[in-house]
Amino acid sequence: MKIAVLIKRVPDTASVFAINPDQKSVATDKLKFVMSPYDEHAVEEAIKLKEANGADVVVVSLGPDSAKEVMRTALAMGADEGLLVTGAGTDSLTSKGVAEALAAAVKSIGAELVFAGKQAVDDDASQVAERVAELLEMAHASVVTKFELNGGTAVVNREIEGGSYTLELPLPAVITIEKGINTPRYPTLPNIMKAKKKPIAEKSLADLGLSAEALAPGVVLESLSLPRQNRRNHIIDGDTPARVNELIRLLKEEEKAL
Amino acid sequence: MRYGEYFNETHEQMRRSARKFIESEIAPYLADWEDAELFPRELYAKAAAAGFLGLGYPEEYGGLEADIFHRIAMTEEFIRTGSIGLVAGLFSLNIAIPPILAMGTPEQKRRFIPPVLAGEKIAALGITEPNAGSDVANIETRAVRDGGDYVVNGAKTFITSGCRADFVTAAVRTGGPGFEGISLLVIESGTPGFRVAGKIRKMGWNASDTAELVFEDCRVPAANLIGAENQGFMAVMQNFQDERISMAVMAHAAAELAYETALKYTEERSAFNRPIRAFQVTRHKLVDMATKIEAAKAFNYKVAASIAAGEYPVAEVSMAKNFACEVCDKVAYDAVQLHGGYGYAREYLVERIYRDTRILSLGGGTTEIMKEIIAKYLQY
Repeated sequence: MKIAVLIKRVPDTASVFAINPDQKSVATDKLKFVMSPYDEHAVEEAIKLKEANGADVVVVSLGPDSAKEVMRTALAMGADEGLLVTGAGTDSLTSKGVAEALAAAVKSIGAELVFAGKQAVDDDASQVAERVAELLEMAHASVVTKFELNGGTAVVNREIEGGSYTLELPLPAVITIEKGINTPRYPTLPNIMKAKKKPIAEKSLADLGLSAEALAPGVVLESLSLPRQNRRNHIIDGDTPARVNELIRLLKEEEKAL
Repeated sequence: MRYGEYFNETHEQMRRSARKFIESEIAPYLADWEDAELFPRELYAKAAAAGFLGLGYPEEYGGLEADIFHRIAMTEEFIRTGSIGLVAGLFSLNIAIPPILAMGTPEQKRRFIPPVLAGEKIAALGITEPNAGSDVANIETRAVRDGGDYVVNGAKTFITSGCRADFVTAAVRTGGPGFEGISLLVIESGTPGFRVAGKIRKMGWNASDTAELVFEDCRVPAANLIGAENQGFMAVMQNFQDERISMAVMAHAAAELAYETALKYTEERSAFNRPIRAFQVTRHKLVDMATKIEAAKAFNYKVAASIAAGEYPVAEVSMAKNFACEVCDKVAYDAVQLHGGYGYAREYLVERIYRDTRILSLGGGTTEIMKEIIAKYLQY
């Protein structure tokens, strides 16, 4: 069985972010990049499945050449090979275009099962994996916290507020993974060394039979800005019992914190 | 600088693994461990499973083959926990195991090394005594052969991980006075007559335990003798080389962490209506820190590369340790200074770095001992 895992290279959220003067892009020169954390759980789940049942795990990403860094991490965790969609027209895509490109990539591999993080931590759009499922007409479950394969059927738990669904999906299927499903392993040095020799194929949009024009974003980015921090101060006067009572009232009635 | 001649993508990937491990297994609990003056024993097994304890040791003993710069990259990342003591304690095997690997019989290696690399057993090195530290030739702990055993009497002190070590690779006197009478003996903690006399409370390195050990008619099987009898001195000296270059790396890495912490603080902290970094005096201080760190790093890497190339640069290793430790002392001092009063508060990282790095120019041979070694090698 072939398992595709969709992974994304994203800025480490602990980085210090700055917007370029054009206000339309994030300054990347001082950012550290990592694999999106939910994707790590997706890679781990695929490798666990491979270890239990035997499977070929292909990590699939779209991005610049530097995206290979996080693909190597996935290969060092135990994935078998990589497929990077890169080159002209891939740098300005929105979720829709990325999904079309990745769907074509997944199709070219012939994967029966697709794992992905429930969302990427940079744009938090939560769209790509779902769109891939639609485009490939695969069954789909998102925010999955437990996964089992029962013959040709995937049995998953899907978190909802205050409870969870148990769903059965026929393969082929796309599953997006929530944290807590597993603990991603740390790539050890011997596996890092082995990963250097594992293949990462590159495909352009044209290789996948797609055109950059057709995938062009349907939305226009107007401007980016950093979140503004609004700090509110509230100084309470009076003697101590009165101040305590007022503080409790404020926390209960106005801040709804209690 | 990127130091691309020493570090490639595999070192970078390993740094990422280390950072992830630290982020989930160490960082959230570190403050508690510092307060408790101990980290949990389980951390050894976790670090082993993640591939850190065995780094640089042969696969047949459960290790992971690596070059010297993988070990350096790992040390640098673990120092970024901000707890130099944690690094010393967690990796005390790196001073206790190499003599066994270098001089032990295959049977001894199979017996002692794999459980330590797996994080199941804790290993410590026992050289220093109440009356002899860097002056190894004058240690007093005596091991007298009696049938199939050595009967050991004496004391060891400042033994990192000694309180809970499962065995101590100890220097003992089996022969006459001076360096020609010293042997290495693996003394297991369960042996009758082995006693932890006390846990030493310290200025820093609080996350790691430091012990005073006492041996009273402690019968150690002769099978635990590492190398030939009375041939231990050279092994101890060779082992010091590894320890010293490793401490030099710890020093530049700790200095770098102190510098980066101060750099950030000077941007956030305002005085007289501007960030303190806007003052020339602050910028120049930061520049001096950065310059010193870069020089120490470049020299450490250079010396490490020469060791990796098979050289035995004794004078340079001592120079590297002295230089990096002096840089670290100064940078840690200035990092506290730039923090003002906050730099003296437990809540701030530089306070711990200041305390935790003071030991680096004392342990593994003092600055003064390093200078004597250098003078000897330069044939003054």
